[in-house]
Amino acid sequence: MAGKKSENNGAKGWLYLLPALLFLGAFMVYPLFDVFVYSFEEGYHSASQTYFGTGFYNYSYVLHDPYFLQAVKNTLILVMITVPLSTGIALLISVGLNSITPLRNLFQTIYFLPYVTNTLAVGLVFMILFQKTAYSDGLINLLITWFGGSAVDFIDGPYWAKMFVLCFYTIWVVMPFKILILTSALASVNQEYYNAARVDGTSRGRIFRRITLPMISPMIFYLIITGFIGAFKAYSDVVALFGTNLNAAEMNTIVGYVYDMLYGDSGGYPSYASAAAILLFFIVLTITCINLLISKKNVHYS
Amino acid sequence: MEVVLQNLTKKFPGRGRKNREEVIAVNDFTFKIPDGKLIGLLGPSGCGKSTTLNLISGLQKPTSGKIFFGTDDVTHLQPENRGIGLVFQNYALYPHLTVKQNILFPLENLKGKEKLSKQEMLEKAYEAAGLVQIEELMDRKPGELSGGQQQRVAIARALVKMPRVLLLDEPLSNLDARLRLQTREEIRRIQRETKITTIFVTHDQEEAMSISDMIVVMNAGVVQQIGRPQDVYDKPANLFVAKFLGTPPINVFEGRIRENKLYIGEEAVLDVRETEDARKAAGDSNASPGSGNSNAPANSGKNNASGNRGSNGLLEGGDRDVYVGVRPEGFRLQEDGPLGCKFGSVEVMGRDISVISMNKASLNPKIRAIISTDYMAKIEKMYSVEGFSKESCVRFALMPHKVFLFDRNTEERIDFLPGRAEGEEC
Repeated sequence: MAGKKSENNGAKGWLYLLPALLFLGAFMVYPLFDVFVYSFEEGYHSASQTYFGTGFYNYSYVLHDPYFLQAVKNTLILVMITVPLSTGIALLISVGLNSITPLRNLFQTIYFLPYVTNTLAVGLVFMILFQKTAYSDGLINLLITWFGGSAVDFIDGPYWAKMFVLCFYTIWVVMPFKILILTSALASVNQEYYNAARVDGTSRGRIFRRITLPMISPMIFYLIITGFIGAFKAYSDVVALFGTNLNAAEMNTIVGYVYDMLYGDSGGYPSYASAAAILLFFIVLTITCINLLISKKNVHYS
Repeated sequence: MEVVLQNLTKKFPGRGRKNREEVIAVNDFTFKIPDGKLIGLLGPSGCGKSTTLNLISGLQKPTSGKIFFGTDDVTHLQPENRGIGLVFQNYALYPHLTVKQNILFPLENLKGKEKLSKQEMLEKAYEAAGLVQIEELMDRKPGELSGGQQQRVAIARALVKMPRVLLLDEPLSNLDARLRLQTREEIRRIQRETKITTIFVTHDQEEAMSISDMIVVMNAGVVQQIGRPQDVYDKPANLFVAKFLGTPPINVFEGRIRENKLYIGEEAVLDVRETEDARKAAGDSNASPGSGNSNAPANSGKNNASGNRGSNGLLEGGDRDVYVGVRPEGFRLQEDGPLGCKFGSVEVMGRDISVISMNKASLNPKIRAIISTDYMAKIEKMYSVEGFSKESCVRFALMPHKVFLFDRNTEERIDFLPGRAEGEEC
């Protein structure tokens, strides 16, 4: 009797899952699988649907392409700098927001504004702030010269300057969401824990390290995982800052490289694009696995 | 450690448009808690008992008044410098730390001269764990413990620094009925063993009565009465205290005193003499220092008012309107008893029987009288066997020491010398 009932329920369950499964299957799983297949088909042509042969040539080509290596280097630098920095700064700001009472809502709104602003618009503003043209040095350069430095062209200038702008921009764009998540996480920590800690004479630093951090660790972990994945997929930000010819600007990212291979100036190589995409997938997978392993020890779910 | 509260007052400012008036959570609380006693702060929710506890712990600052631990004025000290242990209502155990780490937590905070070595800390932690008998749970997380076990861990954490005063906020409210009985014995035992002055807050009068050396009954921020549980039960200072203590609750009637007789409705139920002597006798027994009875400090509160009544002329002359409180166990079934009530039903509880009845003069819709099962046969004979109908009357005699009189206006208790009750067989 009970067995029959649970069987029945099982069928019903699958029925409810069906719409989501169909969509995910058609638009997520099948394309992923297809990309995997393309990446092994040499010289695939999407219009004629023909290819010369199968093998690892696409991977070999991509891995020897200096533009791809440049893109990987850029992406890794971007990820390694922006994820820890943005999470850390967001945590500081959230703790600050949490400890003030007057005008808290106002500040929360201000800090959240960048999140609802269009990426390209923000990118344009950053470009104007940082770019050095024949007519003006830009606001940032104005400040630098004020303090006795010499003007740098952040948009068309040296590599480190461009990377600095990109990181700065990325941190600024991703921070609001992190602040939002962290302030709500902080607010949900039961006040009694803090009272208990106060009675025991716990110092503020220790309260933060031993109580606050473990209590909000699931949220921090969530932000780090999604932060890594988001940063690895960076593309539109780079375009907003440096235009579409990213290879020339030495500012390409992996997703940018994939896009270029599909449609860009050098376009029309879906096989190479697929191989690059699969490589990105494995990089992200590896990093996420490492994250999960680290989190086992340090994240506390209550 | 003796704890002295001096005119302690806490006001919360009104907020917003709707609650503009300020709230007086604790009003002029003066009390000396003797060293090594277990004190229960008792009152309905919102009466200010938790606020009082928070003031003693230092988590909240008093608006006015002072707090002393022994001779130290701790009014303006931070909680960590007062030497208190606090057990929270929800225990507030850190969920990500093991039991051992939780108990060690307060010790790890010690700085400078007080700093302990790892070994000393562990010794102390195990000592505290031993006291509450949780040594075998040291490596578990709070989430893996039952409510009672969490409670013990919380107490161990509060005790590990050997505080001068131990404070417990609603310590039993999160436990089921059986565990509650067991845990309150446990709290009593721990308190006896450590001899730490312990103050706990509860809204459950049974809990407070059963384990406290002394109880403080509060209502609306004002201390109503302070005393040994039995004294407070036997001599409630006012109608509120009488109503609040005792399960089932006291039965309250509107009554009148006419010519030294107490009337409920039209029936004279008791001979009462309110005399100066009676009042004095009651006052003396309260004030006698040897009795260990703590009514004396309570006089700051409403007790004073009742003590001064002699001068306002109400006491003499006899005739006045009163409230009559009769404890459920104060009724005796008697066929020619002076108090007649309309019979409602009988509830058999095993140990005793509740007779439910109605009377027009009663403030509660139902009167509950608890009768020993010895009378079962009598009740059956009287009310069920002989074709008992709903219209029947049940008659009670009242036991004078279970009857309290309260002033209609002030609701303070009026002392009286019981005379012979009408129709009482003795």
